[in-house]
Amino acid sequence: MDRDPLTAAPSRGPRRIRRWATGRTDQRVERTLGALAVATLALIGAMLVTVLVKAWPSFSNNGLSWFGPGGDIESQLRAMAESKALPGHSILYFRAWPLIWGTLLTTVSAVLIALVVSTLAAIFLTEFAPPAVRRILDPVIRLLAGVPSVIYGLIGILVIAPYIDNHWISNARKASVGYVVQLSGADVMTASLVLTVMILPIMVSISAGALASVPASWREGSLALGVNRWRTIWRVSLRTARPAIVAATVLATARALGEAVMLSMLSGGRGFAPNLLDGLTFFFEPVRPLAATILQNAEGLTIPALAHTIYAIGAVLLISAAMLSLAGWAAKQQFKRYGVRA
Amino acid sequence: MSTAELAPRPPSGSAIARPPRERTSSWPLADRIGYWLCWAVGIGLCLIALGIVLFMLVKGISYLRPSMFVESPADEIKQSRSGGFLDPLVGTLIVAVVGIAIAAPTGVAIATWLSEYRRPSWLARAVESAIEMIAGVPSVVLAIFALIIFVQPFLGFLSDTDAGGAVSGKSFFAAGAVMAALALPLVVASTREALAQLPDRLREASYALGRTRSTTIRRVLLPAIRPEIASGTALGLGRIIGDTAIITLVLGLTLTNEGVGHVPVISTLRGTGSTLTSYIYTNSPAGEGGSPQKAYAAAFVLLLIVLALNGIVTMLTGGGGDRDGGLLNRAFRLIPYSSRLNWR
Repeated sequence: MDRDPLTAAPSRGPRRIRRWATGRTDQRVERTLGALAVATLALIGAMLVTVLVKAWPSFSNNGLSWFGPGGDIESQLRAMAESKALPGHSILYFRAWPLIWGTLLTTVSAVLIALVVSTLAAIFLTEFAPPAVRRILDPVIRLLAGVPSVIYGLIGILVIAPYIDNHWISNARKASVGYVVQLSGADVMTASLVLTVMILPIMVSISAGALASVPASWREGSLALGVNRWRTIWRVSLRTARPAIVAATVLATARALGEAVMLSMLSGGRGFAPNLLDGLTFFFEPVRPLAATILQNAEGLTIPALAHTIYAIGAVLLISAAMLSLAGWAAKQQFKRYGVRA
Repeated sequence: MSTAELAPRPPSGSAIARPPRERTSSWPLADRIGYWLCWAVGIGLCLIALGIVLFMLVKGISYLRPSMFVESPADEIKQSRSGGFLDPLVGTLIVAVVGIAIAAPTGVAIATWLSEYRRPSWLARAVESAIEMIAGVPSVVLAIFALIIFVQPFLGFLSDTDAGGAVSGKSFFAAGAVMAALALPLVVASTREALAQLPDRLREASYALGRTRSTTIRRVLLPAIRPEIASGTALGLGRIIGDTAIITLVLGLTLTNEGVGHVPVISTLRGTGSTLTSYIYTNSPAGEGGSPQKAYAAAFVLLLIVLALNGIVTMLTGGGGDRDGGLLNRAFRLIPYSSRLNWR
């Protein structure tokens, strides 16, 4: 181990200093801190392994069809909870497509809307907002980021969902799909919109930070060429900040994927795959994303078959989170090309 | 909207000062639409926030009674008789204290190691990416992982063991420990960032006085970044207080805080209970309770706590001031370190 000449130098200070200034303490501190970091690392590794091991029976039993469609997912979960296999199937029979489809729908739509809105908001915040407005908007965004998801869920289920149920969904529409699914106002659209509001703040703050740090000389160069402010933002600032916007999107996707509480309150809570062929009704059909499914079936963790399935869902989420963090890392590599420290 | 009002003339003689508002009259239509969309989005965000706060304020004031703070929840269908939320409030406090008590020291230690020692470097990189990963792992997944860990017989002393010897795994200890994982990345991020921003001359001056690295860290560096550590902790606290999924799964969701054993404090920690978030969840139409008035009242209290924490963070970070010149970097400390930009 290389010794720092500064620390190796004899200390001839007052007595008080000598008491704690020895090289041995230094080594001990380094080892302790390092051990703590490694312990955390080990715990996270253990989490990956344990969840995958617990999930394995469900995956091995269903093979790749685990991810595919097939049958009513609610009856599959109920069969496991009651430990009574569906006729002709193993007890672990599970086809997660409705859940995956629900997750994709809510996450992708929320992230896409949030991408547009947050980019505009970030431009507003860094370029157009008068200082007074900016002073309001800053804490507003932090407030929106801090509101617990259960409060979003509460407002959604007590205010937004009944409103949509009463004013937007006609009885005829309810009757048209009544034999398959109940429409209640807690649906794909409500869930995605509230999810959008939830992931907006983090996207706005990252994008705004990136826009604010675009070198002024680059923008001034563009302005000096007679390009107007908006086009300068569009062509120079946004393009420079693109990696950050990608990183923000990745982070927001991770948030949206993992949101369980608000979605279990607000997405209808039924494992149903909304059908695009239903036209407008599609937006009012209930879903239940993966994370919400874990939350709602948590009491069944003592039943082995259901537990394996729940851990399998957890493993899918865990691996998606790991993939996303990898994608974020890849996006960050782009900064380095521009000589920017990320 | 007429274009005349969009284009106030800049005050004469102020060539350098920015005009009060953008002059957009000369812009092509598409650009002007973009400009106004920006304004619309900005105002829309303010309106959403205002809507949430006002709505919760109105509901909170109309349903909140002082007695709710001192009454335990009761198992009654009628809302007027179902008691208050004393136990959930205390539960929130306990979970927050346990979580932060674990997360803050661990987080600061890891951040210090990552930023001041980081030897061997491959290990440091692995730790870094692991911490970044837990920041992205859904809290439900953390919770179901914890349920595997805390039901192990040798951890029975942390929760309740039933007559058959099965460990329940659900307790304030367990919930607090999982919550620590939620707060850890935030503490690590803000500590690390603060340490990275300290000028090297601080360290050099300390070394020149013959101090070792560990002494420098303890006596010079950590005291210098105390506000940043505090704000990271406050952010972690906000995250802990706001989480529902972990509570639902790992705290047992009993109506009142049930102790296990006889030792005063330890029994509560080993026992099950609920927090404000889970109280709101179970009392909303989504849970079984179905007393929305109680849910509103509790949500109002929760929002006040979160707002107060927000205020503390703003205060600690100097009103989102830019000591390092980055306009918004310091204001938004909720973002993991590595995702934040530090364009130099």
